Amino acid sequence: MTKISQAFKNDKAFIGYITGGDPNIKTTAKLIRCMAASGVDVIEIGIPFSDPIAEGPVIQAASKRALDNGCTTDKLFDMVCEVRRDIDIPIIFMTYANPVFAYGKERFLKRCNQCGVDGLIIPDTPYEERSEFSTICYAHHVDLIDLVAPTSIERTAAIAKGSTGFLYCVSSLGVTGTRSTLSDDIKAVIDVAKSATSTPCAVGFGIATPEQAQHIVQYADGIIVGSAIVKLVARYGEDSPRYVSEYTKTIKAAITDK
Amino acid sequence: MSKGRFSIFGGQYVPETMMSVLEELDAAYNHYKNDPQFKAELTDLLINYAGRPSLLYYADKMTKDLGGAKIYLKREDLNHTGSHKINNVLGQILLAKKMGKTRVIAETGAGQHGVATATVAALMDMECEIFMGKTDTERQALNVYRMKLLGAKVHPVTSGTQTLKDAVNETMREWVTRISDTHYVLGSVMGPHPFPTMVRDFQKIISEEIKRQLMEKEGKLPDAVLACVGGGSNAIGAFYDFIDDDEVRLIGCEAAGRGVNTCETAATISTGRQGIFHGMKSIFCQDDYGQIAPVYSISAGLDYPGIGPEHAMLFQNGRGEYVPITDDEAVDAFEYLSKTEGIIPAIESSHAVAYAMKLAKQMRSDQIMVVNISGRGDKDVAAIARYKGEKIYD
Repeated sequence: MTKISQAFKNDKAFIGYITGGDPNIKTTAKLIRCMAASGVDVIEIGIPFSDPIAEGPVIQAASKRALDNGCTTDKLFDMVCEVRRDIDIPIIFMTYANPVFAYGKERFLKRCNQCGVDGLIIPDTPYEERSEFSTICYAHHVDLIDLVAPTSIERTAAIAKGSTGFLYCVSSLGVTGTRSTLSDDIKAVIDVAKSATSTPCAVGFGIATPEQAQHIVQYADGIIVGSAIVKLVARYGEDSPRYVSEYTKTIKAAITDK
Repeated sequence: MSKGRFSIFGGQYVPETMMSVLEELDAAYNHYKNDPQFKAELTDLLINYAGRPSLLYYADKMTKDLGGAKIYLKREDLNHTGSHKINNVLGQILLAKKMGKTRVIAETGAGQHGVATATVAALMDMECEIFMGKTDTERQALNVYRMKLLGAKVHPVTSGTQTLKDAVNETMREWVTRISDTHYVLGSVMGPHPFPTMVRDFQKIISEEIKRQLMEKEGKLPDAVLACVGGGSNAIGAFYDFIDDDEVRLIGCEAAGRGVNTCETAATISTGRQGIFHGMKSIFCQDDYGQIAPVYSISAGLDYPGIGPEHAMLFQNGRGEYVPITDDEAVDAFEYLSKTEGIIPAIESSHAVAYAMKLAKQMRSDQIMVVNISGRGDKDVAAIARYKGEKIYD
């Protein structure tokens, strides 16, 4: 069991996403600390990419703000090294294939080890291409998180078998972003995954309200919330940590057994 | 496991949400490409709708003026809709129809691919939506109206650099939102498998015709084939049937913009390096951190930061040569071909004409060069006039 999957051991897990460097590195560090203090179990930090094809408008705009403000992969590694002094919960980097590839896969994973990055999500690297990164990830004991979508039903067993950390279950088709109504299309996929692996299943894409979170954890082991948090960062900028803190508390409360 | 490799290049680097529709497309393509009825229908459309075969024209005045190799022009500009794009679009939309899709979406740079897609969608009763960088909708306003006239909905893309790569991003995002009834008609030999292979197969008719036509006229193979390269569909189409003929030089002409030593360039082979983007491992213009570089060219159709994976392979194994051509050189060639042969080439194709003008005189008069005129230049007249300082708007 890896450090990431351990986060699912006791309760439903809450994975909170923010885009690194949005609006600046200093605020990202603050956000990580306040999310950890308000019940987030796993922190997912996006390394901004110029062309984030899996993202909706909210995270696209966050990526642009971060890059415009000079965020780089190195600055994010340095920041994680710094917060690691007092933050112990799992930290995951989410980024596209090219930033990892361009940095040098070996060099990137070494930095992950140095700074305490526990996992990697690369949304434009599906099962068929995962060996591009999986071998090097495993050599460095970093989880490479696999994704499944409602259309993955026939592929799910194969994907789930090799998964580590958790299985990222995409709630519905399309890109990231909050949705006013969430379908349960992914439930059938989770059922298949559960019969193939003991890796926990967390659902992401579109979750924003405590009600949605509560509903999803009826059949999932955890939830991933991104755009709803990033919206607060967009709105409040450097003042966002306290608003994010409030918000994450309500989500955490919604998914916790009373 | 990984499909669609050209040496180390290619593959399927896309979100999981796109994999099922790519698998469906791959299976359908593999089935229909050998289906006699599909092949017969496509051939009929290529002949009777697109106007194939396109002419292989001996450019006598240009040959004499430049004083070197005999120059032939492959006239893809004479196809219906004015470029080679129709070859691929007819193939893909016919395939989409067979797959039961009722809606097509596509990216476009200069507008040629968008116009071709809107045209064939009209012919085959498909709903059609085109994504085009906002900058490009301004550079190519007439093509935007043309697409609307053909019944397509045009979405100006305001993200990123608002050009071709952003149009591709947005079309991919749209596709994963609605895959059940929609086919993405990708316009070049790029993106995830099966697109680089499928689009090449639909475009290879260009080189097959060149070979046959030149055999009839000259009884031999050309010494060099030249084509412009953005993503690289007209180039791979013009090269493909000659790849095993080692004596034929295959030369791709990239858009250098204001020069390969400036930031304003789109010359991927000259200035890029290996990367993974838009579904493929290939060569891309990027910074040290792998952020895709903003690129520039006077030509909206070559204004792309990557190149198709098969070209990356041909470059790497030395079979293909890739040369940069600046805006100025392309504009000179645009004017030269117009004045010399009475043929106004697309500004994209003018990049190949520009290199032909350099290369011809280095070749002997018993040698033959074929230049692929991938599209016609009507769409570019207003922009070139402005480039030359005229106050003309379309």
